Amino acid sequence: MDSRANSNKELKESIGDYKYGFTTDIESEFAPKGLNEDIVRFISAKKKEPEWLLEWRLKAFAAWQEMVEPEWAQVKYPEIDFQDAYYFAAPKQNDGPKSLDEVDPEILRTYEKLGISLREQEVLAGVKGAPKVAVDAIFDSVSVATTFREELKKAGVVFMAISEAVHEYPDLVKKYLGSIVPQRDNFYAALNSAVFSDGTFVYIPKNTRCPMELSTYFRINAENTGQFERTLIIAEEGSYVSYLEGCTAPMRDKNQLHAAVVELLVMDYAEIKYSTVQNWYPGDKNGKGGIYNFVTKRGLCKGKKSKISWTQVETGSAITWKYPSCILQGDGSVGEFYSVAVTNNYQQADTGTKMIHIGKNTRSTIISKGITTGKGQNTYRGLVRVLPKAENVRNFTQCDSLLLTDTSGAHTIPYIEVKNPTAQIEHEATTSKISDDQLFYCLSRGLDEEEAVAMIVNGFCRDVMKQLPMEFAVEAQKLLGISLEGSVG
Amino acid sequence: MTAILNIEDLKVRVDGKEILKGLTLKINPGEVHAIMGRNGSGKSTLANALAGKPGYEVTGGKASYKGKDLLALKAHERAGEGLFLGFQYPVEIPGVSNLNFLRTALNAQRKYRGEGDMDAPTFLKNIKEKVALLDMDYEMQKRAVNVGFSGGERKRNEMLQMLMLQPTLAVLDETDSGLDIDALKIVSQGINAIRSPDRGLLLITHYQRLLRYVEPDFVHVLSDGKIVKTGDKTLALELEEKGYADVA
Repeated sequence: MDSRANSNKELKESIGDYKYGFTTDIESEFAPKGLNEDIVRFISAKKKEPEWLLEWRLKAFAAWQEMVEPEWAQVKYPEIDFQDAYYFAAPKQNDGPKSLDEVDPEILRTYEKLGISLREQEVLAGVKGAPKVAVDAIFDSVSVATTFREELKKAGVVFMAISEAVHEYPDLVKKYLGSIVPQRDNFYAALNSAVFSDGTFVYIPKNTRCPMELSTYFRINAENTGQFERTLIIAEEGSYVSYLEGCTAPMRDKNQLHAAVVELLVMDYAEIKYSTVQNWYPGDKNGKGGIYNFVTKRGLCKGKKSKISWTQVETGSAITWKYPSCILQGDGSVGEFYSVAVTNNYQQADTGTKMIHIGKNTRSTIISKGITTGKGQNTYRGLVRVLPKAENVRNFTQCDSLLLTDTSGAHTIPYIEVKNPTAQIEHEATTSKISDDQLFYCLSRGLDEEEAVAMIVNGFCRDVMKQLPMEFAVEAQKLLGISLEGSVG
Repeated sequence: MTAILNIEDLKVRVDGKEILKGLTLKINPGEVHAIMGRNGSGKSTLANALAGKPGYEVTGGKASYKGKDLLALKAHERAGEGLFLGFQYPVEIPGVSNLNFLRTALNAQRKYRGEGDMDAPTFLKNIKEKVALLDMDYEMQKRAVNVGFSGGERKRNEMLQMLMLQPTLAVLDETDSGLDIDALKIVSQGINAIRSPDRGLLLITHYQRLLRYVEPDFVHVLSDGKIVKTGDKTLALELEEKGYADVA
């Protein structure tokens, strides 16, 4: 057993309950350590990108160099040395179109261990009547497999790694990449634009209901490596897609950076339902290690009566900094944000949303449930902005915090900017603890203390959990229970 | 014959104050006992102490349950062993449906006893039967536990839980309070349905009226943390007529 495996074993003993913390031993190819123009060129060359994309990356890199890290979030962490990390890591494999047979069996086994089947026939042979889910599997910096592509193609749906889409659908990618989250949008978005490695590209043509759930499974495996994925989803007029992403990483005692950008575009009467179950390694119980999850997610409801619904269950990461947002441009468009964020031990989360009402009769709903235990810190930060021409806007916001320990903290920071007097904005916020009577009621019915807390917490989160696609809701509930382990007693 | 419950000289303190001051009570299989007493006599303290509510400190005496030391068991273990407490004020659990709550509770108890989960069809068949017996609306079981329930609905829901969990010993803390006469009859049907030669029942009540529908084998009067008088069902009538002051 080498020293790395040893330290992983120790880590495992100290945290115990993060079951996705294993590493996969495969040969990987890295870019040289550090970040400079050459690294950007290296990544672009590795992916055989067209000249315009390299230029685009370099422009982002130049912008990033002039920017400073945001400090307004309610999170504390030591300064990140951006030169002390790898910006590209990929399992060694042959170039060219990847069939599943060419994928390293170790990687397939990794996904199996994570409960994700990349073999279509296994998915088909699964539980009778179970819905099909197409998966794009992203391992460190590259997509290793995408399932059900052919079947989706028949429906006209494009579902592939963004690095492939650059070659196969260059016009679409060129037109929309950065159109919703510009390169210089913020520090981490600029960094992502410069070094993004892979991610998922989805295109749903006009009047098409995507025939199955789409999902991307992100796995960070390599040590000391950042993951910078980029996802772009376009829903044409009258189309619908439900997309889910899941994330895990091995246990490492050094923090790792994950800075993703997600862009959604929704045309007239179309809808994107975007769900996230985020379970990056949260660090050990003493706050050592864990993923820094600095993510920019934004959707543009461009068409009339278009809709974006974000649902997130955030249980992992040492630090979470993310605000999935909706720009409600089309008249009558709808934005929704449903969030559960759990912080245990030394985890910190500063998360929320932005609802920008531009069009008339636009509506938004925000339901945020924060759960803190151990020494966790949880901040809801949300903006509701109504522009002058946005008539008859409706917003309803509800932020509930549940504190399980006296040593944890919950904070709610709403920003409300209304420039049109016809708007109706409602904001409700509560902070509570589990009452002794509630706990005893459950105990007296035979639930042990952890089961009782998990049940009460799941009830607290129900309004959000019920938004998740059925097949993921059960998993998310279990995850919630696991994240709270050791929080009572 | 092993008693279901055997309490000897039990002393219980709550918030530093001694409430039960040496209570002795024995319940054999098949028996229904009623404990009556005025406010503050220690009735609810007895119920909570038996169910193992944290904060109820036993400072003396013994309590055995089916021959086991009851006081050594944690609250959820007591439930697993078949002890049920019907609450005077059942709490709300927002977001958790009654169905989910009951099924989780039932399976937690089965797990404790080393049995597998009850399968969904059997569970649903059972609950529909019990719901009908208690004249409840099945749709209510899809709503969150006690949220938005009236006092009477909560008490019926307690009875439903009891019937589903099939306890060996049911301790019902003022299950009759706040019920109108129709609801009282229905709740009584629930209690009578659980009566059997191998179960014990402990009814804690203020009033005699429940005992018109559920006939007790023994009636005890609790005063200042002790049982001061024991009799048969006629004692309840006597109490009703003369009041606690004259009887005990």
